[in-house]
Amino acid sequence: MRVSVLLFASYADALGPGPVALELPAGATAADALAALRERPGAQRLPPAPMLAVNQRWATAATALRDGDEVAFLPPVAGG
Amino acid sequence: MTAPGPAPDFPRYARQLALPEVGVEGQTRLAEARVLIVGAGGLGSPAALWMAAAGVGRIGLADPDHVDRSNLHRQLLYGPADVGAPKVEAAHRRLAEVNPDVRVDIHQVEVSVTNADRLVRDYDVVLDCTDQIPVRYAVSDACVAAARPLVHGAVSRWEGRVAVLAAADGPCYRCLWPTPPPAHAIPTCAEAGVLGPVPGAVGMLQAVEACKLILGAGDPLVGRLLVLDLLRMVTHAFAVPRDPLCPACAAGEIRERSAPAGVAAPAASPFPLPSEPPVSPSPAEPSAIEEIAPAELAARLQGAEPPLVLDVREPWEHAIARVDGARLVPLNSLPAALSTLDPGRAYVTLCHHGVRSRMAAEFLRERGLPRVANLRGGIDAWSDEVDPAVPKY
Repeated sequence: MRVSVLLFASYADALGPGPVALELPAGATAADALAALRERPGAQRLPPAPMLAVNQRWATAATALRDGDEVAFLPPVAGG
Repeated sequence: MTAPGPAPDFPRYARQLALPEVGVEGQTRLAEARVLIVGAGGLGSPAALWMAAAGVGRIGLADPDHVDRSNLHRQLLYGPADVGAPKVEAAHRRLAEVNPDVRVDIHQVEVSVTNADRLVRDYDVVLDCTDQIPVRYAVSDACVAAARPLVHGAVSRWEGRVAVLAAADGPCYRCLWPTPPPAHAIPTCAEAGVLGPVPGAVGMLQAVEACKLILGAGDPLVGRLLVLDLLRMVTHAFAVPRDPLCPACAAGEIRERSAPAGVAAPAASPFPLPSEPPVSPSPAEPSAIEEIAPAELAARLQGAEPPLVLDVREPWEHAIARVDGARLVPLNSLPAALSTLDPGRAYVTLCHHGVRSRMAAEFLRERGLPRVANLRGGIDAWSDEVDPAVPKY
């Protein structure tokens, strides 16, 4: 299946804002999307367990993905 | 609500009093509200300026810093003459210029876990406008403990974030990011860079959300994290539930999360939407309704058979300005009031500028009341030409 990944703030600074298209095996979870993302340059900026959303809803690494889903990774942001 | 304060400054707030969600009651709520702004920088500047201008009665500003020249491109509370001054003092001066009726409390301190509880307790709504992640956690935890809604704002380069946290049934900052990032893992504005209007836009949205919370208007950003990608001008609204395992807000305790006194519970507007007729009069029978000048109405009211003045404005307008002896019948309730009117009696319809009242007069005549005149220019002209003691709005 194919999922689309969006990156925000410092993650976007490191990896680009996306959307990044990822090809994942059937039954993949958000953790698999993260693992695939770690293959890309700049991914060392991603912490071990970044907060994420699936289809614009806060989710966890265990969340199962389906073809066409959108996964977003969001760090906290300091600036004010 | 606490004891009512003085009546709002009607001319100053006329354009927001006209909103059905505001009106006299809402403006009074704003005047009685106490808002704490943590961080008087790029977010706190627009938030404080807009809330002072809107008539929020008491604004607390907490910031330990002094104005730096590198602040001026985005922190519009300050000008070149303020460089070197404590931010809270310079901000106080600026806010007093914007609206001298606003009380400003200055707290020249870094908000932290040691003082956040005490600071937050004195306010109804808190705005997180800081640029420090540890301060964000401290303020969120204090707002959860005190049951104060927290309007979160944050920026990173071209990206902005807004959410209402620590509200009833909504998440807190720890629900979103349970684990604080390592120190220095998240770049500050100084490190990452920021375009001035980006925090400007986010701080303004925080002011809008704070006003909505005070007014009980609309749908605040509870349970939603708004992310603005202003470089691509794309917005995302992430659904963010409360974390049932959150150490701050869901640690097995049942907390009474009733809103503090200055915050309205979300509710329907107390006022119906005003029925705004077209500005131009109906082309049909343009001279059919007698139009009388304010002086003529004054003379008739002193005459042998004084007409009954029907004020067809909305209740909030009547609360601001009225003509003695007039009966308030808002335009959209006129049909229901028809049976109470005497066809043999003389009536004069009145509104703000004479347009809605002409519609009312035409309606009444069609329904069998022949002796109806319209006050030309409305209560505005009445104030100009007959009774200057009637406030204008």
